[in-house]
Amino acid sequence: MSVLKIKNLQVSLNKKNILDKIDLSIKNGETHILMGQNGAGKSTLAQSIMGNPNYSVKGEISFDTHSLLELDPQQRAALGIFLSFQQILEIPGVKIYDYLKLLHKKSHEKKLTPMKFKAFLKERMEILSFNEEFLKRSLNHGFSGGEKKKMEVLQMLVLEPKLIILDEIDSGLDIDAIEAVAKAVNFLKKEKKSSVLLITHYSRILNFLSVDHVHLLSKGKIVKDGDGLLVKQIEAKGFAAFLKE
Amino acid sequence: MRQPSLKKLNDAYAEKFGFSMPEKSVLSFDFGLSEKVIEDISNSKKEPKWMKDFRLESLQIFRQKPMPTWGPSLEEIDFEQIRYFIKDTDVEKKTWDEVPKEIKDTFDRLGVLQAEREFLAGVKAQYNSEVAYSSLQAELDEQGVIFCSMEEALQKHSDLFKEYFAKLIPAADNKFAALNSAAWSGGSFVYIPPNTHVKRPLQSYFRINAARMGQFERTLIIADEGSSAHYVEGCTAPVYSEYSLHSAVVEVFVKKDARFRYTTIQNWSGNIYNLVTKRAKVFQNGVMEWVDGNLGAKMTMKYPSCYLVEEGAYGEMLSIAYAKNHQIQDTGAKMLHLAKNTSSKIIAKSVSIAGGQSNYRGLVFISKAAKNSKSKVECDALILDDQSATCTYPDMKISGENAVVEHEASVSEIEEEKLYYLMSRGLDKTEAMTLLVAGFIEPIVKELPLEYAVELNRLIELEMEGSVG
Repeated sequence: MSVLKIKNLQVSLNKKNILDKIDLSIKNGETHILMGQNGAGKSTLAQSIMGNPNYSVKGEISFDTHSLLELDPQQRAALGIFLSFQQILEIPGVKIYDYLKLLHKKSHEKKLTPMKFKAFLKERMEILSFNEEFLKRSLNHGFSGGEKKKMEVLQMLVLEPKLIILDEIDSGLDIDAIEAVAKAVNFLKKEKKSSVLLITHYSRILNFLSVDHVHLLSKGKIVKDGDGLLVKQIEAKGFAAFLKE
Repeated sequence: MRQPSLKKLNDAYAEKFGFSMPEKSVLSFDFGLSEKVIEDISNSKKEPKWMKDFRLESLQIFRQKPMPTWGPSLEEIDFEQIRYFIKDTDVEKKTWDEVPKEIKDTFDRLGVLQAEREFLAGVKAQYNSEVAYSSLQAELDEQGVIFCSMEEALQKHSDLFKEYFAKLIPAADNKFAALNSAAWSGGSFVYIPPNTHVKRPLQSYFRINAARMGQFERTLIIADEGSSAHYVEGCTAPVYSEYSLHSAVVEVFVKKDARFRYTTIQNWSGNIYNLVTKRAKVFQNGVMEWVDGNLGAKMTMKYPSCYLVEEGAYGEMLSIAYAKNHQIQDTGAKMLHLAKNTSSKIIAKSVSIAGGQSNYRGLVFISKAAKNSKSKVECDALILDDQSATCTYPDMKISGENAVVEHEASVSEIEEEKLYYLMSRGLDKTEAMTLLVAGFIEPIVKELPLEYAVELNRLIELEMEGSVG
C-alpha cells in the first residue's frame, strides 16, 4: 500500500511555475532517491509535501488516507511526515533538551518518565555520535553546518516519522557523518518501517542505504525513473546525458 | 493574526491568578489623601515625630509637584479614589504557624510556594499594606543580617534607619516619590554587615488585595563594605475592575567592594498603575545589578538607576518588559557615572503583543569627573502583531574624557520561516510562538532564581495561549 501518493502536482512560487505534472508514489518501507540539477525543483517538491505556506500547490497529495493539501504543516507532522531542511534556522534561547522533550510529547501518545526519556535520547544520540553536552545548548545556535544537519537527524530520531524526507542531508558532511546519518535512517526503517524520500547529489550515502527507486527531476518534471543503478550512471555520465533522451 | 480575545485572556488570568480573599482589615481609612489620613497612618504605627513631620512635609511636596508629562499619560489616576492605608493584621506575625490561613491560601495559589517553603525563614511576605509575616532565618541572625519590615526597623534600628532613609530618593525627587514618602507603609529593610555573604536570596512577596487600594511600600537596603546578597521581590495581584495605584520607593546603598543584586518580577493585574522609583548608590568597586521583569499592570513606569559615585563602581540592568492587551510598559534604566573608571551595562528586552506597547527609556550620563568610564546599552524589542508597538528613547550625556559608550537597538518580528520550521516538527502555532518568545528573553530569564524562571516561562505560555490567533 502506498503511504505517499502524489498525482498531477503543480507548484508555483510567486506565480512562477516550478513543478508540473508530478506523479510519485512511495510504498510502505520503501526508499526513494530524488536527483536533479540545481533549480530542478527538488526542494520545492519536499517543501510542498511538508506544507510550506509560501508555495501555491494544485493537484493531489495523499498520505495514508489523508489528503494533505488542506492540512497545515503541524497537522502533516502529526500524521508522521518529517522533512529535514536544507536551510536550517537557528533558534537562540531554546534549550535542545527541552525542545526534544516537547517534540517527543507531541509525537508519541505514551509519555516517558524523565529517566526513560533520557535513555531514549542517549540511544539516539549515540547513533549520531552526538556529545551529551549538546543538550544544554540552544537549538542550532552557533552550530557548524555539519552539526546542524546532525541536529535535524536527531529531531527525526525523536519524532520517529512514518515518512522521512531528507533534503540534501549529505551535502557538506564528512564521510563519517554521512555513515551516521544513514545509520539513523536505517534504524527507523528497521524499528518503524519508515519510508524515505532522499534528495541528494551524491551516491556516497547510498553505500550505506538500500534503494528501491530513483527519480530524476528536470525543469519541474520527473523525466526518468529507475533503480539504484541509475544513481551510479548519473554520477558517471552527468545529468546532461539523461536529459537529452 | 486575528484580534485576540480579551475576555478569554482575562478568564485564564482570573482562573490562575485572579482570586481575591475576603477583606478583613483591622483598620482602614477613608478614601482620599489629607493631613488627617497621613497623621492617622503615622499614629497607628507609633512613629517618632521626625517621621510624622517627614510625611506631612512630603504631602505638601506631593501637592505642589505637577504630574509628570514626559511619559505616558497618567490622567486617569484619581488620587481621591484611593484608600491610602489598610492594615490587615494588627500584629506582625512572628512564625509561619501564626500566619492566617487566608493569607497562606493566597500564597498557595500563587504557585511560588515552593520557593517559600525552601527559604521559609528568609521570607518577608507583604499582604495588603503591612508585613503580615516575618521570621528571620536563624542563619541571618547569626550573620548579623537585618531583614525586617520598615516599621520594625524604624523602631528597633532607628539610627541606621535615619542615616539612610530618603537620603538617595528625597521626597522632592518626583511626584510619586513624594506620595510614597507621605503615605508609605510596609516594605523591607535589609542591612548586610561588612564582609558578610548571604548565600540564599532574600525573598519578599507583595500583593494588593483590596480594590482602590494604593500600595506604597518602601524598601531600604544597605550592603556594607565587602558584603554580598541577592534580594528577590515578586508580585502577582488579583484582577479588579477599578483602577489601583502601586507606587513604591526602593533605595539601595552598595558600599565599597560590596555586591548586591535586586531581582523583581512584577505581575500586577491589568488595572494597576505601577509607578516605581528605584535607585542604588554604588561606592568604590561596588557592584549593583538590577534584574527587572515587568509583565503585568495597566501601566508601568520604572527606571532603576545606579549612581556610580566612586572609582571602579559598576552598575548593571537586565530587564524584560512584556506588554499585552493595551498595557504600557515604559521602562528602562539610568546609569550615572560620577567617578573615574566606572562602568555600566543595560540590556533591555521587550515583547509586545495584542495591542501592548513597550518603551525603553534610559539615560547614560558620564560626568566630567568620570574619566575612562564605559557603558554599554542593548535594547531588543520583539513585536508579535501589527496592533502592538515599541519605542526607544535612549538619552546619552557624555562629558568625561576617554568614555567608551556603545548603544545597540533592534526591533524584530517573529519570523514566519521560524514558525514554519517549528510547526513542521509538530508544534502548533501557540507552542512555536511561545518557544520563540521564551528563546528571545532567555538571556535574562536565566539570571533569575530557578523557581521564578519556571514561573515566568509558565506565565508567558499562559499569555500566549490567550493571545495567539
